[in-house]
Amino acid sequence: MTSPPDAAILSAAGIHKHFGALVVLDDVDFAMGAGEAVGIVGPNGAGKTTLLSVLSGAFPPSSGTVSFKGSDVTLLPATRRCRLGLVRTHQVPKPFAGMTTFENVFVAASHGAGLQRDEAYEEALGSLRLCGMLGVANRRAETLGLLDRKRLELARALAARPTLLLLDEIGGGLTDGEAGELVGTIKELRRRKIGIVWIEHIVHILLQVAERLICMDAGKIIADGEPQAVMADPEVIRAYLGGGPK
Amino acid sequence: MSAASPVIERGTATSRIAGVAVAVIIALLAFAPQFLSAGAVDRMTALFIYVILAAMWNALAGFGGLVSVGQQVFFGLGAYFAIRLADAGLNPFLALFASGIIVGAVSWPLSLIMLRLRNGEFAIGMWVIAALTHLLVNLDRLVQGETGTSLISLNVYDASARRLTIYWLALASMTALLAILFGLLRGSTGAAIRAIRDNEDAAASVGVRVTGTKRLLFVLAAFGIGIAGALWLATSITFQPKTYFNVQWTAYMIFMVLVGGIGTFEGAILGAVVFFLIETWFGGAGVWYLVGLGATAVLFSLFLPRGLWGTIEERFGLRLLPVGYRVRLATDVVDPAGNDTQPQHTTTDRETA
Repeated sequence: MTSPPDAAILSAAGIHKHFGALVVLDDVDFAMGAGEAVGIVGPNGAGKTTLLSVLSGAFPPSSGTVSFKGSDVTLLPATRRCRLGLVRTHQVPKPFAGMTTFENVFVAASHGAGLQRDEAYEEALGSLRLCGMLGVANRRAETLGLLDRKRLELARALAARPTLLLLDEIGGGLTDGEAGELVGTIKELRRRKIGIVWIEHIVHILLQVAERLICMDAGKIIADGEPQAVMADPEVIRAYLGGGPK
Repeated sequence: MSAASPVIERGTATSRIAGVAVAVIIALLAFAPQFLSAGAVDRMTALFIYVILAAMWNALAGFGGLVSVGQQVFFGLGAYFAIRLADAGLNPFLALFASGIIVGAVSWPLSLIMLRLRNGEFAIGMWVIAALTHLLVNLDRLVQGETGTSLISLNVYDASARRLTIYWLALASMTALLAILFGLLRGSTGAAIRAIRDNEDAAASVGVRVTGTKRLLFVLAAFGIGIAGALWLATSITFQPKTYFNVQWTAYMIFMVLVGGIGTFEGAILGAVVFFLIETWFGGAGVWYLVGLGATAVLFSLFLPRGLWGTIEERFGLRLLPVGYRVRLATDVVDPAGNDTQPQHTTTDRETA
């Protein structure tokens, strides 16, 4: 049982994940401090979403440990991690289709954040307001378009009162203008000292928020550091543009 | 941001009137036997039992997404345990409720296995459990296989006093079970139940205890259907396993819920009344009655997939016993980021539940 460095709110050590013979994560080490904003990029199939799922507790790693707020959460299911303040959004939005937008968010406020009645209402309304969704509060989630579904993912995760938010391609499939709106919201979260791990393909959007960038390829972290330096890294360029076998 | 804070509404003026109306109807039903013939009292007792069955199946499938075709297992066990308890010397009326509690207790360990199954596996798995339980009950010597037995100890009571007592017990059970269900579905657990129905993984990722919540619903439905089975035994006295463990009971539950409106609290009750009326008017038609029931179910699923109440709710925005939440915006919303405003601003979109 490795104890994470003092400053780290979330850390992962020696993470391996394989599905049958397919190795998706190959010895990934990762740590971040409270309130940090980390972007993760990498080509398709690099293992970004799998890493996020291991961090959020959607499934356990094949080996390795995950620690959050100083305790080992490797075997803790997503429900419990959410209640500790580690909350994710999904790449393909997963709304509660038969419930209204407000009810979707209320579930997170009452169960994720553990709030009662009026407090839960306030939290849910606050999240909807922040994500610009008050106007569609009474619409059934199944009637929402893609942008609103993405916003709902964010609003719902926020209502669970995260200390650390894991965003999985929240901007994917959106126009630049639409993604820009989401960036505005996410910048507001930064002001509220919520830590962020954000996987995104649209790099220039990501760079508006991320202070640190990680690039993954073939299940490994190949670069980690100051965003501009990472983007200029020869390894990263090779992973994206394909330099052929090394 | 917006000037005045939005308000969360849990009911409407109509729903408050409906609440009073429900109380009045139940009070009238309590006095109704004074004016009803013996046969009518028995029929009304059957109606109350149907309402319990429909409401429980609706809670499980319509709200919780747990579609089961084996709920007759709890109906049969409710009757069986009542027979057993009465045979052991317990007052037969007390035995009816003790039996419901035992059925709920039995369903708990069963849920440990069954709730691991999803969707179709769960539905058919429950049917298998019902068939197995039927066979096990047949092994009990007291039951004498398919010959069956009866709740003999009820015979010590005078026929009319017995009929009235069972009527009131059924009315009280129905009222209490509906109240418990309504309270549960209206609370934050109810929101969690619907969230699990819509997306289990997403529910877990926002902090909902998925398995525990499903278990609560499963046990509650078992308890309610167990009570219904015990009450049915009390009205008919005789217990033949194949009558009680028959899949027709679940078929009736599904019929009532689909016709009434799945996933709406009012729908299950309305569906039970519709089923009761069809049975009362056409029940004597033998095979053609069953053909008619089947045809009705097919027609509804083709043309009114949301059932009678679902359609009424959608068409007229009528909500009598709402379990959902509505946000009333105090002023016109000004989007904080000046985002695209939704044209649906003021229209009220319908919601289920």
